[in-house]
Amino acid sequence: MANKRFDVTHVPGAATIAIVTFLALYIPVLILVVNAFNGSDTAGWWEGLSLRWFAAALDNAAFRSAALNSVIVALAAALLSTCLATAAALAVTRGRQIKGQGSIAVILNQPLLVPEIVFAIALMVVLAQVKQVTGYQGLGYLIAAHTTFCIPFAFLPIRARLSGMDLTLETASMDLYAGRFYTFRRVTLPLLLPGILAGFMLAFVISLDNVVVSSLVKSPGQETLPTYLMGELRRNLTSEIYAISALLLFASISIVAASWVITRTKQ
Amino acid sequence: MPRNPTAAANESAVMRAETRRRWSLALPALTVITLCSILPLGVMVAYSFMEAGQYGNVQWGFSLEGWRAVFLDRDFFDDSYIPATAHLTILARSILLALATTALTFVFGIPTAWFIATRPPATRAYWMFLITVPFWTNLLVRTIAIQEVIRADGTLNRLLLATGLIDEPLQMMFTNGAVLVGMTYVYLPLMVLPVYAAIEKFDFRLAEAAYDLHASRLYCLRRVVLPLMWPGIVAGSILVFIPALGAYVTPRLMGGGRAMMWGNLIDLQFGQGRNWPLGAALSITLTLVVVGAMVWYARRAAKGAETNG
Amino acid sequence: MKRTHTGTALAAGLTLLAQSATAEGNLNVYNFGLYTPPELLEKFSQEYDVEVTLTDFVANEEAIARIQAGGHGMDVIIVSGYFIPAYVDQGLLMESNPAGMENFHNIADQWKSIPTDPERKFTVPWVWGTTGVMVNRKVYDGDINTAAIFLDPPEELKGSINIVPSMNDMIDMTLSYIGAEPCTTDRESLSKARDLLLSAKENWASVDYPSFEKFINEDLSASVFWSGAAARVRGLNDGFAYGWPKDGYMKWMDNLAILADATNVENAKLFQNFVMQPENAALISNYTMYNNAITGSEAFMDPELISAPELAVPEELQGAAIEQTLCAPEAQDLYTRIWTELTR
Repeated sequence: MANKRFDVTHVPGAATIAIVTFLALYIPVLILVVNAFNGSDTAGWWEGLSLRWFAAALDNAAFRSAALNSVIVALAAALLSTCLATAAALAVTRGRQIKGQGSIAVILNQPLLVPEIVFAIALMVVLAQVKQVTGYQGLGYLIAAHTTFCIPFAFLPIRARLSGMDLTLETASMDLYAGRFYTFRRVTLPLLLPGILAGFMLAFVISLDNVVVSSLVKSPGQETLPTYLMGELRRNLTSEIYAISALLLFASISIVAASWVITRTKQ
Repeated sequence: MPRNPTAAANESAVMRAETRRRWSLALPALTVITLCSILPLGVMVAYSFMEAGQYGNVQWGFSLEGWRAVFLDRDFFDDSYIPATAHLTILARSILLALATTALTFVFGIPTAWFIATRPPATRAYWMFLITVPFWTNLLVRTIAIQEVIRADGTLNRLLLATGLIDEPLQMMFTNGAVLVGMTYVYLPLMVLPVYAAIEKFDFRLAEAAYDLHASRLYCLRRVVLPLMWPGIVAGSILVFIPALGAYVTPRLMGGGRAMMWGNLIDLQFGQGRNWPLGAALSITLTLVVVGAMVWYARRAAKGAETNG
Repeated sequence: MKRTHTGTALAAGLTLLAQSATAEGNLNVYNFGLYTPPELLEKFSQEYDVEVTLTDFVANEEAIARIQAGGHGMDVIIVSGYFIPAYVDQGLLMESNPAGMENFHNIADQWKSIPTDPERKFTVPWVWGTTGVMVNRKVYDGDINTAAIFLDPPEELKGSINIVPSMNDMIDMTLSYIGAEPCTTDRESLSKARDLLLSAKENWASVDYPSFEKFINEDLSASVFWSGAAARVRGLNDGFAYGWPKDGYMKWMDNLAILADATNVENAKLFQNFVMQPENAALISNYTMYNNAITGSEAFMDPELISAPELAVPEELQGAAIEQTLCAPEAQDLYTRIWTELTR
């Protein structure tokens, strides 16, 4: 830096507040993890390091089926919403303004404007009728619901990537008489990939996180990890809950770490 | 610019084809959102104008009772109309708690974002990693974590008891304060990330230039740094305020049914309250407040960008 | 359910998804949380080769809202006695005629007919119990056979009392405490009850269906509570005791019914008959810690349960029981208004 007399990046107190914030964010989570490794029967009193609660959770069929449902729904919803959002982003970001472009963007972001509980109850009311008519009770409803609220989240990073992209490469490809699809597959898609990947991961996490919509839309016997955890919480606060929470925490750390590594290698 | 009529016709045909092609690209996403989000919301609007069934659900027939009940109550003795203080209290509490949450995340989030953005590039990524992990961690898990700290038998009380600062455990759960602490804890990363993104793009030489021109530190912060952070602050406030206003899980767990918020009131009407038209009207009201806040913010942001940028 | 091994979790999930709609030999049970013994479902599942799925709800009001919305997919449901008319009036229950079932004779005579299902056309007994108060004796050791525990609490309990959001029970007990009749439409009495509840609210910590852990960990010291749930809590923290307010406590029975739009009707009927078998009724009692209505089940019940203090109402307090009812619409509307004001 050229000017040593005054370092504008140094604002007194900012560092202190920042450190306090980080501690405040992490200490509760650390306590939770420590509780998960506690061998004691009731939460609260330390009785030595133990993996028994993790074993209990993994041994629990209800937990396993909830975990499987969560993964299926999150994968399917992230995949679907990313595909839909990619197509939509291509429609509203490239080239000249088209008629109604503004309304497309508004509709795509509409799920963000509706409070979660309102979205969840409205969907529950409508799906109850659909379930009655079709008699189908499968995971499809959860996947459809999650896909809907994941679209705007997948859309954001894809659009950001797309609007920062240079058009000349595509134009060059088209000039060389490459077909529209070929150009998309060989030029646009590879350039867009980091955005798509970011969108997919965001959608996956948003889906995995959801409890309100899932609990109102799910059919009998269906649980996702968060709805299962919510139910367990209502029933009893055993150390198994800490173990499940810790597992979810490890899952998110791995996802962040993975996306971190991916974006770093891309650069 | 078209030079002759044929070219113009050609041009508009091309444009039409382009419009059609791009609309069809967006169509699948638009269909899903229309069917699963806009249509159900429309059903809610319709339900808010129907009659309540005796045990929940709605009955066919137009009625303004749902909307009346949002704002007006009947007097207990003579059934005359009086303001629905119960609902209005909850609405006011929800807005105040959401605003307070936004303010608190602001107080802690801005310095944190600033701190991260001013680290050397090599270590900055690690700090970013640390702020991203809570953001990607399940909201329910984070609520459980903060609940563990402040409950009667929780970490904080034990610590205070052990140090002799208090003799009796403090009952911190089930209060407005508990809900506020919980929401601040879970929504904080939503403030830090966009503000960080705005600061990161910032060229600090600008501020130094201003300082060289004998601007005071405060003046420099206010006139140079703040405007540049502005878009990030607006985005962060929206990202915190909207979910906080409609929060359901955190107040449910930390408020214990006493410090109810708008979202819990809606849930109550569709469940135990058995008044779906009222629940629907409350839902539409909440949605309108959120959209209103969004529009207001967007206007302010645009204005801020005009005067400062 | 058939297991298909297709490699990826996604593919497996999608396959399951396609199959689940046509699965046969199922029974979907809808019940209050912590109210269905896993062993009971396992036993039924093995005996009749039926896959049983259990879904929880918190309150009758929540359950009926879900059932009414349609498309719920449930076959059998537990309904509190006073709530049966709400279901029957709307045609939500199937007339399965349990009175004609093989095990019906096992029901104790006093439960063969209940006011809301006098001929047992729809329901069979699940368990019965009382709603009273539960107090941590380490915190307060005065008289606990009174509704004053939550309406005019002693100093020691203030700030750590929980109220269950069971509107009718709460208002019935309050009306009874001030000497009025439950389900009254007398506005003077109702407003007196409302004022009492509003002033008592200052001393409550929460209005919720709390997890047992909150008592075991002593986050809360007292609550309006159910006899069996109180017995469970005492088993884990012996500081807690259960009391029956002498000014009026609730007595109720929960019942098992088949839903009108059940898809697995035969299995549902088998299940109704199944729970009237003494050893199965004992399983339910042992798990929920409530009394059942099946004669001969004592032989299969845990000895500690038979001697549990929570289940034996003292002689002198038996007259104070209030039978749980649903009030006439006018009173019900006033109840709801009091409740909304209370829980705002």
